[in-house]
Amino acid sequence: MSVSDTIVSDFVKNKVEFITTVPCKQLADVIDKIEKCAEIYHIPSNKEDEGMGLCAGAFMGGKRSAIIMQNTAIGVTINTLVTLTQFYRMPLPMLISYRGEVGEPVACQVEMAVHTKALLEQLKIPTYHFHRESDVKEFDGILKHTFMSKKPVAILTDASFWNGY
Amino acid sequence: MRRYDVLKKIIPIIKNHFVVCNIGLPSQELHYLDDQPTNFYMLGTMGLASSIGLGLAIAQEQKIISIDGDGSVLTNFGTLPTIANNNADNFILLIIDNGSYGSTGDQPTYAGKKTSLSEVAKACGCENVVECSAEDTASVLEQAINSDKMTIIVSKCQSGNVKVPVIELDPVVIRHRFMAELVSRNSKNQS
Repeated sequence: MSVSDTIVSDFVKNKVEFITTVPCKQLADVIDKIEKCAEIYHIPSNKEDEGMGLCAGAFMGGKRSAIIMQNTAIGVTINTLVTLTQFYRMPLPMLISYRGEVGEPVACQVEMAVHTKALLEQLKIPTYHFHRESDVKEFDGILKHTFMSKKPVAILTDASFWNGY
Repeated sequence: MRRYDVLKKIIPIIKNHFVVCNIGLPSQELHYLDDQPTNFYMLGTMGLASSIGLGLAIAQEQKIISIDGDGSVLTNFGTLPTIANNNADNFILLIIDNGSYGSTGDQPTYAGKKTSLSEVAKACGCENVVECSAEDTASVLEQAINSDKMTIIVSKCQSGNVKVPVIELDPVVIRHRFMAELVSRNSKNQS
């Protein structure tokens, strides 16, 4: 089973029925599989803060939701994470491609990578870093933890985890 | 008519529906006029009333009315193509367009100048877009609710605010009572 298959299967197992995505090359396969998954309503967003609004609505409407995005989005969404997701105590798994780590061909991505964990720490967002393919086995537990704690939770997935892109 | 007057006139129409209300004075005015568990007040996060409303409408069956402003729609312009391409016939977006950023001191927005939000919504692919005067808003909204079609309403009104208190409800309380009422209505529909 590929890491993408495991991720989609864990989303379904944990009754995540509403997923919004903003694409990244590293995430192309998992986004494709979510689009094809009959149990999940896939709604692409134009910007990640918009996506977090959609997820907040779906959660209040009784559907577990999640967002898939790039780490550059942390810069875009700080206000939304703080004043919507955290302030109203809503769970939000954030599957994040961690661009700018070893193996990254685009120098500019490193500029945001160096701030990613510091920003998440500052926001007190529980953060997990998937580096090896085998780390994916923690995904199921992290989803359960997110819905139990009603917090936004970050799962950073780097190029080694995705085996390059 | 100002936004406050429009809200006052539509209260009898929206009071039995679920409403997601825009940040700042729109939420404060609605809270002052008719606080209800069916009102979700945005205490922060400018621009996301339409996105929250669409997510709610897709996730369940009750009708959802997002009350937004022209400034907030301009902040989250990406919402209009998302709405157009994810049809939810239980969703109404009511944009109260007073051509100004009301909550911050009535600075003019581009929607009060050359930019037409109704034309933008149509260009984004929204199929049922109605621009109306402040005076006609209540009847247009009632028609939209009865049509069972996803509708975008742009209500053109005057700028200006009414002095109302800030909302002191805890955000978790606002969310909890809104969700509880939604669960209750949806379970009644199924029984």
